[in-house]
Amino acid sequence: MKNTPIMLTVLESLNNALLQVMEKDDRVYLLGEDILDPYGGAFKVTRGLSTRFPERVLSTPISESAIVGISNGLALAGLHPVVEIMFGDFVTLTADQIINHAAKFRWMYNDQVRVPLVIRTPMGGRRGYGPTHSQSLEKLFLGVPGLRVVAPNSLPDPGKLLETAISQEERPILFVEHKLLYTCPVLEYGLGDLQDFEIVSSAGPFPTHTLKFSSAEKSKLTIATYGYNFELARKAALELAYEDEIFCEIVVFSQLNPFEMDPLFESIRRTRALLTVEEGTFTLGWGAEVVARAAEAIPSIKVRRAAALDLPIANSKSLEEKILPSQELIKELALDMVN
Amino acid sequence: MPMSQDYDLYFTMLLIRRFEERALAEFSSGKLVGTTHAYIGQEADAAAIFSSIAQDDIIWSNHRCHGHFLAYGGDPYRLAAELMGKKTGLVGGRGGSQHIHWRNFFTNGIQGGIVPVASGMALAKKKLKSKDIAIVFIGDGTLGEGVLYESLNIASLWNLPILFVVENNRYAQTTPMEVAVSGSISARFEAFGIKTYEFESSDVLELRPGAKNAVDYVRENQSPAALILHTYRFSAHSKGDDTRDRETITSIRAKFDPLRIQASRLSAEELKKVESAVSILVDDAFLRASADPFPVLKP
Repeated sequence: MKNTPIMLTVLESLNNALLQVMEKDDRVYLLGEDILDPYGGAFKVTRGLSTRFPERVLSTPISESAIVGISNGLALAGLHPVVEIMFGDFVTLTADQIINHAAKFRWMYNDQVRVPLVIRTPMGGRRGYGPTHSQSLEKLFLGVPGLRVVAPNSLPDPGKLLETAISQEERPILFVEHKLLYTCPVLEYGLGDLQDFEIVSSAGPFPTHTLKFSSAEKSKLTIATYGYNFELARKAALELAYEDEIFCEIVVFSQLNPFEMDPLFESIRRTRALLTVEEGTFTLGWGAEVVARAAEAIPSIKVRRAAALDLPIANSKSLEEKILPSQELIKELALDMVN
Repeated sequence: MPMSQDYDLYFTMLLIRRFEERALAEFSSGKLVGTTHAYIGQEADAAAIFSSIAQDDIIWSNHRCHGHFLAYGGDPYRLAAELMGKKTGLVGGRGGSQHIHWRNFFTNGIQGGIVPVASGMALAKKKLKSKDIAIVFIGDGTLGEGVLYESLNIASLWNLPILFVVENNRYAQTTPMEVAVSGSISARFEAFGIKTYEFESSDVLELRPGAKNAVDYVRENQSPAALILHTYRFSAHSKGDDTRDRETITSIRAKFDPLRIQASRLSAEELKKVESAVSILVDDAFLRASADPFPVLKP
């Protein structure tokens, strides 16, 4: 009998990464609401850390703006703060500190300072948390000069992305963790859902992954996505392949801002068709920018966008399911595009 | 012969006054663009506080920052160049009047947002077991911003070595404090358990011991304090936006001008000397800066 290793979840991968990086580097500090043990944070990403590093894990009052501001100050003074915003919906409260402070300091002060700050926050719906605890607001921070926006996914290795984000000094990072991703297993190359795919990852600290069906001669569509929505896109792509013999390439972004388009453009040059999938609202979303850049770079391609309806996210499951983009919607749009 | 402390304090205040007067004049002549917020009338605050700090203390200032910068020991030439948007400016022309940085001196143009940032730098100093403190300058207008109170709460909970300086110049742009600030300023800090020092004076010799006590308290106790200075701004909020009654300002100026008060303690010879020294510095700053090149955007 073969011993199968216990699969790590994305949550465990992120939690391990925090532990490792705090172990290695005593400049790393953690700030956030309710992050102390035994509670260990609303989603448990910080569990165990306050016990291990009591001097460097700081539980804060409910003051999102001040704790991001204080973290800006820690970063300017040479430390590496990681601040947890309990729900991504609350980043609106920190917008001034991100846009007018953290993201501006380095350029505005003529490259004389660095702000090695990481703001981690769980975004996303599908848990029935209703209008103010379910949103994907990262699109509001795309296009902010000086800010990097990173979103882990279930491909190896979400923890590595977080470690890299914390160790770098180049610019502040908004690190967007979809809530449903936490319980997802970290996928293994060549196994399970990935066994049909050939995967190419771009170089650089926050890579873009391109998934192609190994058996497919030609793919007819490129699906671009990030974060948890890669789960939906992957399942939709597998169904399209098995049920309809339609093969898609999936391009999974780890970095949402700045936009690095080369791997996606390469895929679109093969397929001539682009479908973007995201959980933020449709209008002026991540997909709008991706589609615009693709259309500028590669003439006469087909484009569609799957995103949330332009509505608040309802509490009731029957409404929430209709408001957020689904696996079925991805399949429907894909079929429509290739037929 | 070394000059007296009276002379040094007056020198700082006169340098600020003449620099700000020159900046306003250069705006009228078109050499400066954008905006500026003159510190004229408040010079005693800066002279008192900056003669009480330690070399590596962290300073965060606001839109009205020129006086603080000059009292910190900053170079008037680099500041003038920044106001003109020159490559040789403090931040290469990227920031302008209200977004400057030099050594441990920082400013930003958003009301209140600098307070948690300064608090974070104070926390870093404390965690790194340094004796340095942070000093953040706000005004009566900043008292309307919510993040200020979030920061006061945390600064007190965590015993951060930070001094909150409130320069109450009684007007937020054109809005008198009577229509913007309710209750008591000091009670705001006291409610958070923050030690408070309060002065109503534009006499630098009265302010200096108070400023020193406040700075020393923060350093020795590794705890926050507030220094509330009720002062007057004689010039407009920025350039031509003064809606206040001219006669009232003139009579306040006659009574409370910090330069006039301090000048009475100097000899005629000293006054002549200081005027000449400051005038050379300010002339040199603006003349050199105006000859400097503009920055070029790098791709």
